[in-house]
Amino acid sequence: MRKMTKALLGATTALTISAAVPTVSQAAELTLCWAAWDPANALVELSKDFTAQSGTEMKFEFVPWPNFADRILNELNAGGKLCDLLIGDSQWLGGSAENGYYVKLNDFFDKEGIKMSDFAQAAVNAYSTWPKGTPNYWALPAMGDANAWFYRKDWFAKPEIQAEFKAATGRDLAPPTTWPELLETAKFFNGKDIDGKKVYGAAIFTERASEGITMGATQALYANGFKYEVTPGKYDMEGAVNSADAVKGLEEYKELYKCCTPPGYTDAYMGETLDAFKSGQAAMAMNWFAFFPGLVKDENVGGDKIGFFNNPKGTTSASTLGGQGISVVANTDNMDGALAYIKWFAQPDVQKKWWSLGGYAVHNAVLNDPSFKDSQPFAADFLVAMNQVQDFWQEPSYAILLQAAQKRLHDYVVADKGTAKEALDGLVKDWTEVFEDDGKL
Amino acid sequence: MAARFKGRAAVSRPVAFSSLLVMPVTDTDTTLLDKAAEKAVRATPVPLAYRVRGLSDRSIAWLFIMPTIVLLLAINIFPLIWAVYLSFTNFRANRPNAEIDGVGLTNYQRVLTDPDIWQAMQTTAHFVFWTILLQMLIGFALAYLIDRKFRGHAFWTTVILIPMMLSPAVVGNFWRFLYQPQIGLFNYVYSFFTGVEPSSFEMLGSVTLSPWAIIIVDTWMWTPYVMLICLAGLRSIPDYIYEAAEVDRASAWRQFWSITVPMALPFIMLAVLFRAIENFKMFDMVVLLTGGGPGSTTEVASITLKREAFESWRTGRASAFAIILFVAVFGLANIYVKALNKVKQR
Repeated sequence: MRKMTKALLGATTALTISAAVPTVSQAAELTLCWAAWDPANALVELSKDFTAQSGTEMKFEFVPWPNFADRILNELNAGGKLCDLLIGDSQWLGGSAENGYYVKLNDFFDKEGIKMSDFAQAAVNAYSTWPKGTPNYWALPAMGDANAWFYRKDWFAKPEIQAEFKAATGRDLAPPTTWPELLETAKFFNGKDIDGKKVYGAAIFTERASEGITMGATQALYANGFKYEVTPGKYDMEGAVNSADAVKGLEEYKELYKCCTPPGYTDAYMGETLDAFKSGQAAMAMNWFAFFPGLVKDENVGGDKIGFFNNPKGTTSASTLGGQGISVVANTDNMDGALAYIKWFAQPDVQKKWWSLGGYAVHNAVLNDPSFKDSQPFAADFLVAMNQVQDFWQEPSYAILLQAAQKRLHDYVVADKGTAKEALDGLVKDWTEVFEDDGKL
Repeated sequence: MAARFKGRAAVSRPVAFSSLLVMPVTDTDTTLLDKAAEKAVRATPVPLAYRVRGLSDRSIAWLFIMPTIVLLLAINIFPLIWAVYLSFTNFRANRPNAEIDGVGLTNYQRVLTDPDIWQAMQTTAHFVFWTILLQMLIGFALAYLIDRKFRGHAFWTTVILIPMMLSPAVVGNFWRFLYQPQIGLFNYVYSFFTGVEPSSFEMLGSVTLSPWAIIIVDTWMWTPYVMLICLAGLRSIPDYIYEAAEVDRASAWRQFWSITVPMALPFIMLAVLFRAIENFKMFDMVVLLTGGGPGSTTEVASITLKREAFESWRTGRASAFAIILFVAVFGLANIYVKALNKVKQR
């Protein structure tokens, strides 16, 4: 019996020790959560330097975009410990700050000498602050991004197409600078036979489930002077969200969808837009800057065949904001390691390498570098876009606000339900109810 | 026969568990099952027998079913009661720090007066009605044909059953490709027979066609299930009834309406019940095919509920909606089961 007791004790001790060993090694590990897309691969490459310097092993949890919000917000709401670091959407800031999901970084920035003035002001406001524009930092700007356009430069350069366009419109064929020009150009290309293949005018965002159609339609809305409030901070949406200019913008977006998108384009977001362009179906397409490095490298449509342009003007110049900041998840077991990663990531040299690998750094050391504009064919456009970006609501109730927008916009643009004015009036009604529930109205 | 009953009564008589250990097996009429039970009792360790000594059969029965009841309470009953509670509050699962306030019947009032919810209910009703109608007609017709026992009927039965063996996720993706207006086989087949340009219509993107697109897929997938149930019904009809009808010179048409349909009706009604409940909560396949779109054209109630609960995070309102759906399905199913029982008793 005594022998058996000893054996049991020995086995228990061995088990305890073996269980403790992984715990020790886990402390030198960090899990970073983000969306699964091109820049994420660049970050994996970049983070190898951090591992080499700190000895901390980096693990990554990348979730495809359509499920990204669902998956990660569920994780945060459930108090999960999957992520130590999170590169979350800008719209999540309000909720994550107020619910205590993110660590407030002000003291850490002060202690480590990390200055927000070293980053582009628009990016700091969009990706780091809550309440928006106040010096309360919940993230470090990690990935600048905006919605922009690309086109088949080789098709635009064909003399016969140029001549035909000139005869049809009376102007030279060039990347559109206004929404009416965009519509005109898209209509010109739509249904045309190029290189023996029928092509279509433009591939745009129409996705229903997550955020697609909102991110696409706001390109037309913002450019036409759409505002969320008459007086910022007052939630007085009547006359701003459903203004005559906003109605015009939404009508233009629907016109573009109806006239010029490829068949079966009723539920398209990033992947579908890229597919339509890469397969030679679309003359123009919208997407996030994040994908542009990959497009330039594409064997079929990249290199000299592709050109880029910013969102065309309406009554004003504006672009829909993308991009994210990197935050420390409050219930991480490795707070020191997570903060060390933020400190490392904020360094100018790391930011420069981040840009060179395909990430969109918004550190002034990168953006103000004289060689930046020529470093990529879309770099100059990126600088312009980041100075005219507008973001969706960042309120804690952003998810409800976004769902309402998705429904109203998709119902009008894709399902032909009602008019643009009715869609935007409906949006004001939905959003008013949300803010009333939140006690803000 | 009397001795047989006597023997069974002896074995099933309520006796203390431990007393079975010492009870000799002397009844020569004991079945194999009884012998196995006796063997198990003999094999039970003595300490256990001591521990349970004094417990009645009822207590032992409770002991055995307790884990199941606990699981049922934890997984079904508690969440139901909790959802009822939440439906009267403003709780949001993504606001752990926010105060939870009672809002009375506000959530129910908002759900019941929300035109979008009623639209989703109409979409669900349209989907359920047409899928069941088509599946019953085609399923019964197939079962009737298979029941003729033609050459190779077993092979064709297996072939017909394949769709229902697939995962809804696979079926959703598979049909999404089939419906692609540019590369999809469905459009090409339609084009082949009608001469219409394949990319001129969109099954999943059209407001008119998309509700039918999901009905077609569900019918394709679940008609075999209905066929199986109907086939069981048809095969349960004794041949002598048809023989008697033949003797009375009843026509095939008369036999079908007076014998086949009435006698298979309980099975058909059962199939309707199963399919109706299943399609009322349809989610996965529609999400994969249309995501509820275009707009909200194919947004069935379960998608609305999911969006309310896990995208908008209005947990209180979503709970109220879930309770309303539960009561509706439960109530309708009960009425239907009563009707089914009446049919069976005829």
